Amino acid sequence: MKLSAKSSEKIAKSIIWAAAMLVVAVLAAIVIYILAKGLPTLSWSFLTEIPEGGGAAGGIASPIVGTVLVTAVAVLIATPLGVGTAVYLAEYTKGGAITKIIRFSAESLAGIPSIVYGLFGFIFFVMYLGLGWSILSGGLTLAIMILPTIIRTSEEAIRGVPGSYRETSFSLGATKWQTIYKVVFPAAIQGITNGIILSVGRSVAETAALVLTAGSSLRMPTSLFAPTRTMAVHFYTLAMEDISPANAFGTAALLIILIFIINVGANILLNRFISNKGKKKEAKGGKRN
Amino acid sequence: MKDFKEKLSGRIFFVLALSSISVLALITVFILIKGTPLIAEVGLKDFIFGMTWAPGRGEFGIFPMIAGSVSVTFGAAVIGVPIGICCSIFLAEFAPAWLSKIFRPVIQLLAGIPSVVYGFWGMIFVVPLIRDYLGGPGLSILAGSIILAIMILPTVISISEVSILALPRQYKEGALALGMTHWQAIYSVVLPSAKSGIVASVVLGIGRAVGETMAVIMVLGNAVALPESILDPVRTLTTNIGIEMGYAEGAHEQALFATGIVLFVVIMIINGLAQYITRDKNKGRR
Repeated sequence: MKLSAKSSEKIAKSIIWAAAMLVVAVLAAIVIYILAKGLPTLSWSFLTEIPEGGGAAGGIASPIVGTVLVTAVAVLIATPLGVGTAVYLAEYTKGGAITKIIRFSAESLAGIPSIVYGLFGFIFFVMYLGLGWSILSGGLTLAIMILPTIIRTSEEAIRGVPGSYRETSFSLGATKWQTIYKVVFPAAIQGITNGIILSVGRSVAETAALVLTAGSSLRMPTSLFAPTRTMAVHFYTLAMEDISPANAFGTAALLIILIFIINVGANILLNRFISNKGKKKEAKGGKRN
Repeated sequence: MKDFKEKLSGRIFFVLALSSISVLALITVFILIKGTPLIAEVGLKDFIFGMTWAPGRGEFGIFPMIAGSVSVTFGAAVIGVPIGICCSIFLAEFAPAWLSKIFRPVIQLLAGIPSVVYGFWGMIFVVPLIRDYLGGPGLSILAGSIILAIMILPTVISISEVSILALPRQYKEGALALGMTHWQAIYSVVLPSAKSGIVASVVLGIGRAVGETMAVIMVLGNAVALPESILDPVRTLTTNIGIEMGYAEGAHEQALFATGIVLFVVIMIINGLAQYITRDKNKGRR
């Protein structure tokens, strides 16, 4: 028996709609479950008190500070490297073997599992460079992990700047560097920032690489060489060792809220970037007519 | 002065662009240095096909972990890929504009949620369900596959969707003009034309599943044994490292780095495959 075109259309359509709704339902189930169990724990004192008894009591102030510092180190290191690479790939290179290898490397870095980054960070930063389990080791490891994201988003943003901008700048006598610095960067900055924000999200969410590089100290860090435990690692420890379900849910809820804010922020920036580009193109078209 | 600045800035960007090459080289070199001595000592064949992992007795065989990784990844692909491709068709073809405006951020959020949160949800929600209704310890290949399936969805959906949207409009319009229904046009024109992008999305999703660590530690049970059913607990290559790295020393530590080498090689092959597939597609288009 062969299905008629109409009924196979109907069946396919309903399967596809069902799949989409299933995904939304699963995400909703996870988020609502965690928030419902975790929000009651979230309070001012939970956010500002240092954990006690391995996290059984007290708050998560030191993991919050640890997360902020590790993420800051990662972003501060990866941004110049990533944006610089993007500028080279979008503005300078004329193709060739080295460019191919750069692209291959960046794409490969994007696929390497975080646990392998953890192994590398442990052997290189913690042991070989002697940085120990520390904010610095963790941050440097994360910097490598987020590098491909920053390269890709920055390159897209730079390539999105219309060529006429550059031509106008050159025709006014500006050099290449002046053009990049004064024309291309300002036009691409929202797209670049969007990539950086996404990288912050990835840093906040990371666990496997940090377990092996940043340590698991719950003390308030006093320097970049101090070990720390980020929120995600703290949550993992609380959940796995069954220390305090309430505090685990609370930490998880805070993580989800943070990721939500980060995603919304990145989206707002990206939409503004796209609509700006649209406006500029319109303006350009208008002049031509 | 102007000239000097020009030259200098060009050089600086070039040097910065070398960062990803040098980092990749450093990673490769350091992991190889740390892990290969043990593989040499045990023998590559015995290391990969050895059935016993007993670091205390100096026995390092990772075959059960390889079997674990393969079975969990396969399970994740079986569950996640069809759902993911359906979602990408939904986004690219069926969803009304307002709905895809909601759906896309939802997928992004799905990608952003920390893997430990998925693992935790699996541990307290999926694992008990499996234990109560299907039997076994609950911590199992099935639980890991379900969690990983959810985690690879964003990769599969976004890359497939982009490759469908990148098709020239005329493909579908031509098919519709010939009297095909919407679904016939998708099935016989759109999907075959977007094939390479969709395949790449699946390959990258598989890469993500092979590499995931923390979420699966929490739901797999982590037993080092060949599984006999999907309800058995297993340990994967990644979780082997994640669990034991905290206290490993000497040869044991080297063996974990050697596990890392195997993982690294597998991932590089998967990545290379994905890059190769998409590069082919780009060539075809030009």
